[in-house]
Amino acid sequence: MKCKACRQPAVIDIPRHNAAFCADCFVRHCQEQVVRSIAAFDMMSRSDRVLVAVSGGKDSLALWDMLMDLGYQADGLYLGLGIGDYSGSSIGYVRSFAADRGATLVEVDIPAEFGFDIPTGAAAARRAPCSACGLSKRHLFNKAARDGGYDAVATGHNLDDEAAVLFGNVLRWDTAYLGRQLPVLPGTDGFARKVKPLVRLSERETAAYCVIKGIDYQVEECPQSAGNRHLGYKAALNDIEVRSPGSKAAFYFGFLERIAPLVAGVAEEERRDLHPCPECGSPTVADLCAFCALVAKATRGKLSGAADRTSG
Amino acid sequence: MKVVLRNPRRELDMSGPRRVNALLAELDLNREAVLVIVDGTLVTGDATLPADATVEVRPVISGGAR
Ligand code: SF4
Ligand SMILES: [Zn+2]
Ligand SMILES: [Zn+2]
Repeated sequence: MKCKACRQPAVIDIPRHNAAFCADCFVRHCQEQVVRSIAAFDMMSRSDRVLVAVSGGKDSLALWDMLMDLGYQADGLYLGLGIGDYSGSSIGYVRSFAADRGATLVEVDIPAEFGFDIPTGAAAARRAPCSACGLSKRHLFNKAARDGGYDAVATGHNLDDEAAVLFGNVLRWDTAYLGRQLPVLPGTDGFARKVKPLVRLSERETAAYCVIKGIDYQVEECPQSAGNRHLGYKAALNDIEVRSPGSKAAFYFGFLERIAPLVAGVAEEERRDLHPCPECGSPTVADLCAFCALVAKATRGKLSGAADRTSG
Repeated sequence: MKVVLRNPRRELDMSGPRRVNALLAELDLNREAVLVIVDGTLVTGDATLPADATVEVRPVISGGAR
């Protein structure tokens, strides 16, 4: 196969674009897709300070790398989840990337700051680990962005992630989630702007980007993800994709163009009921925000006092 | 050829030479879900892997509701 752009030998083929690229042209292709997403959804400008949520995996490190290469002021935020060896090794990848690039890294360790780790906290709160983890990430990314005066939080959600989440929301016809499943959520009272600049790139592309750029990332999966519903959705969508390339992109971008505007009202209605959490001040529709409720359950009976640190 | 798989890490001995796409079909892997790497370099689906190659088949699918 030859590179579509320069006719040199290709290193990666992308059936959905009916194209193959050499290493240099592939890096340019990835950057172009990110630039296109940022522009199409008006995600951010060069004068914005951006906080990139980094896990040590391929997507978030590729995103951080690209944003810096594209001239954005992008700092990294790493959350320690307390998930055994997985967390232990993921921080190593993030620190060494930040050191190599001379980038600023902010670290928040959930066990040290709040007195519980994700697996035991999830069990205590009777939640699935990924659910406890996801809500903690959303809360703490938002808090770190607001505390640090950042204009936006950028996450490494890629096309496969978004298509899989969309698939799940459609299977349940969850209109409230559908109304919020956008590549950019504008900043509102209490919420920092959230952007997903990788939505035009598949997981295979973000992984290939890291291999080509020599970015060392954590290939091992989080042990909590085994049997996770999203993995099933991704596999199902990839079975469709190999038979008809472009299906995932058509599914997701067709949703954004034609369905998202129709369900936008549902999410907006929910937003009207928001009020500040009495513990931490984050906007919530419940008595206590989901994160403070998790902290309370996860640390119940512990005399650590760590939970007090959520206030203020 | 030696084929290195990840998550969990394991090694297979397979006969060669053979094409990347044929290798993935034999292993029943979806080409959207993996990268094939030889000596630190990515290879395309139509590339032929020599009999003495060490080939890494790296999964790219991440789990979790992020
Ligand atoms: S797989 Fe689940 S528990 Fe593990 S990091 Fe992702 S969301 Fe968190
Ligand atoms: Zn080229
Ligand atoms: Zn709260």
